Order: sequence, then C-alpha cells, then structure tokens
Amino acid sequence: MDLPDATRTVHARVVGLTRVYPARDFQGAVNALGPVDLDLYKGEFFTIVGPSGCGKSTFLELLAGLALPTEGSIEFEGQPVRGQVPEGIGVVFQEDSSFPWLTVWDNVAFGLQCAGVDPAEVERRTNYAVGFMGLADFARSYPAQLSGGMRQRLCIARTLVLQPRLILLDEPFGALDQQTRLLMGDELLRLWRETGATILLITHALDEATMLSDRIGAMSARPGRLLEIISTHWSADRDSRIVGDERFGAITARLWVLLRQQSMKAIGRAGTEAAV
Amino acid sequence: MSRYGWIRLAIVAGAALILEVLCRSHIVSRLIMIPPSEMLISAWQILASGAIKDDIYVSVVNICTAIALSISGGFFIGLAIFSLPALRATLEPFLASYYSVPPIVFYPLLIVIFGINQIPQIIIAVMFGLVTMVINTINGLDRIRPVLLKVGRVHRASFLVTVFRIKLPAAAPYLFIGVTLAVSYSIIGVISSEFIMSAVGIGHQISYAYDSYDNRTMYGLIALVLGIATLLNMSLHVYSQRLLRRWTR
Repeated sequence: MDLPDATRTVHARVVGLTRVYPARDFQGAVNALGPVDLDLYKGEFFTIVGPSGCGKSTFLELLAGLALPTEGSIEFEGQPVRGQVPEGIGVVFQEDSSFPWLTVWDNVAFGLQCAGVDPAEVERRTNYAVGFMGLADFARSYPAQLSGGMRQRLCIARTLVLQPRLILLDEPFGALDQQTRLLMGDELLRLWRETGATILLITHALDEATMLSDRIGAMSARPGRLLEIISTHWSADRDSRIVGDERFGAITARLWVLLRQQSMKAIGRAGTEAAV
Repeated sequence: MSRYGWIRLAIVAGAALILEVLCRSHIVSRLIMIPPSEMLISAWQILASGAIKDDIYVSVVNICTAIALSISGGFFIGLAIFSLPALRATLEPFLASYYSVPPIVFYPLLIVIFGINQIPQIIIAVMFGLVTMVINTINGLDRIRPVLLKVGRVHRASFLVTVFRIKLPAAAPYLFIGVTLAVSYSIIGVISSEFIMSAVGIGHQISYAYDSYDNRTMYGLIALVLGIATLLNMSLHVYSQRLLRRWTR
C-alpha cells in the first residue's frame, strides 16, 4: 500500500471533527475529541493508537454514525454521515456484543435477516462467514459456551457477513491474552486481504498497531488530536511473524516516543519527570 | 432437582406431615381444619365429579384473560414509560407507591360501573398484575447492555426488530420475574374478587362452602387453587431457568 496519497481513492473523510460532552450534574463540559482531520483510503488498514480516555472510541462512534459530532463533518463514500449508520459500514465493539439468547449461526445471520435478505442467501452467506471465522463446529452453540476469543470471532463474523466496505474495530482484542491477540491479528489480516475492505482499528496496543497497519495515527491525550501519521510500508501479505522484523521495533519505538508524554498526561503525571 | 430443591420439598412435605398428625390426633379440631391427605382426596373428588366444572372453567378463563392482559399490557406500558423520560419522571412515584393501596378496594366501584359479572373481577386481577409487569419491564430495559442496542443500530434494525429481537430477549430475566408475579397476582385478583359478590367461580365456591360449614369442600377447593398456582409457577420457573441457563456467562 505504498501509493502516494494523491493517487488513492478517499473512502472516508473527516474534517475538523470535535466532540464536546455537555456539562452534567456536578461535572463541567468535557472536550473529548478534536479537532481531527483524516482521510481514510480505500482498502487500507488504518489504526489509531492513543492513551486511555483520549477519545479513540468517541472518534469511532462518530465515524460510524452512532453519535453526533459537536463540530466538523464526516463523509463516507462521498455521502455525509450524521447520526445514522450508513449502509456499507460494519462495527466490531470492544466488549462482547454477541446476543446471548441466539446461537452462533443466528447471531451471524441477524444482520441479514434485519435487511430482509432472501432466506437461501442468508443461509449461504451465514454458512460462509461462520466457516471463514472457524466457527463451523460451533454454529449451534450459544455464546456462553464459547471462549472469549471465539466470541470475538463471532462478532467479527456477524460484521463480515454484511460485506461491509468499511470495517471499524474498537479494541476488539482488548480482553484477550497476548498469544490469542497475535493469532486474532492474523485472522484479521486474512479477512482484510480477502474482503478488500477498508479497516479502521482502534487500539492501545502499540505492537498490535505496528503489526496490522498500513498507516498508524498517534492520538494525543484528551481532547484527542492526531499527532502524527506513520506509514509502515508493510506488504499486504504480512502476518504476525513480522514482529521479528527490525523495522517492527523501530516503528513501535517511534509510536512510544510520540505517546509516552501523552500517556503520562492521561494518568495525571505529566511534568513529573521534568521536576525530577 | 438441585440439593436446595430437595430441601425445600422436604420442608413442605414435613409441614404437611406435621399438620396431618395434628389433625388425625384431634389436637387441631376437624371443625378448624381437615388433614392434608383428605384435602387432596376432596380436591380430586371435586374434579372427578364435575360438580363445579363451570366454576373452574369461569375462574380459569378469567385468570388466563387477566394474565394475558397484565403481561402484554404491562410490557407495552413499561416500554412506553421507558421510552418517554418525561412520562417516566411523572409516573415513577405512582409506580413506587402503587401497591400501598390494595386494588381490591376499588371492587365495589367497578361493580357499580360494570355490574356483577366477570369484568370487574378481571379488571381487579389486571390491576393486581399489570403494574408489577410494568415495573419489571422498566427494570429489565434499564439493564440492557448499551452495546447490544448499538449492534441493532449498526445493523440498522427497525423499531420492531429492536423491540422484539433485542430489547425483549435482553430484558428477559426481569420480564420473567414480572410474568411470574403477574401470574400470581392475577390468580389472587380473580379468586379474591370471586369471594365477594359473585355467583360463579372457584372463589365463590370456597366462600359458599365456608358459609355452609362444609370444611371438606372448602379445603378441597383451597388445595385445588394451591395446586393450580403451584403448577403454573413451577412451570414458569422451570422454563425460565432452562432458557436463561443457556445464556449465563
């Protein structure tokens, strides 16, 4: 994905995006995000990393149309996004969002049934998505019978089955152990290659961002702004083995340099080093 | 059945056995109470003879009608109150204090309006059962994890799909509590209003047997009501436990 930006198709465009949560009870207004400007290119894997509470998830919710911005604009495929999730956008959330009362198969088929897709087509696409995410043997199981990683794969399958052109992932592997995260990362890269979708991943894990992304946006502490966008120049057929590549360490280190002060600010320790 | 289930059963069986011994040994006079075994025999004979089949039919129909109205009405009213914050803020104090006034006090008024028939009994039963369903529906909707509703929005689910395929099942644990209470309250409402100014129904027959000093029939009918209520509650409990066990994390 090394084409110059000017020659690439903009898939989603964010201009001057800000989100201020109004004052409530005894708390003043919270300036959560922005302003943020960003172009997401068609078919790229873009990751946003930043300290806790910097507005990463707020950014994703605004982009998905799940919340309204205070200022600024969002476009997806040239159409404005404002408070409604457009067709073509899929979202995977950080917490387990599987429906516990439905089987794996019914969870995955849910979106297609909502869209009124023909039952035969629902059957075909659901079987494919369940198989693609390695859940075919558990199609009739309930989410409670699955591990955390499998439940997250189920949520990805539920998004994948709708064939979204832009997939937004909000720390989907946050609750998983490191080894499972690496393997899930491989699964995600495979999904990205095979679907050709644009992916926006939100994470706080620098190594995950480095391994998965074409470009990484480092976000400041609240209110979140993009400090710098780093291109990784990885080939599209990468997998988790690139953690052994010497550039991997350099990119991760660069991200940490950008984010260390911001992370300290986020936990209220900005300036303590200078004082020492 | 779980270990605690067996313990509960043993407590009930033990209490019945003690009562049986007390009645048989005339420590408790038969004018006050007959032995539990005779209550069951009497209940069976009442059922087998068909003597009050019309009363049983009327009571069961009234109870089922009240249950259906309480559950469906309670769910939709609960949903409406949950969806309209201003309405909720207005009604919440009434809901919280609703059961401080027993609905049965309105029974004479309802008889004046509708006459001596089944309608006042059903209305009283619904007044008993509806509000508990409303309260539990609101409780259940309050506790739906927001991410599940976001999934609905991402999938662009319609209002009806959101209500019936997300909100209703997600709130199910609380709805089952509401349903169980609505069933119990509907039985209480119908049977207790049949005691007063009614010409038909199990409650009327219990009251008639009491007035006639016919303890055997009275206790037989009480055992019958107990049996119906227990059966309904047990069935609901078993069904809800089986359903909810699947989704327990």
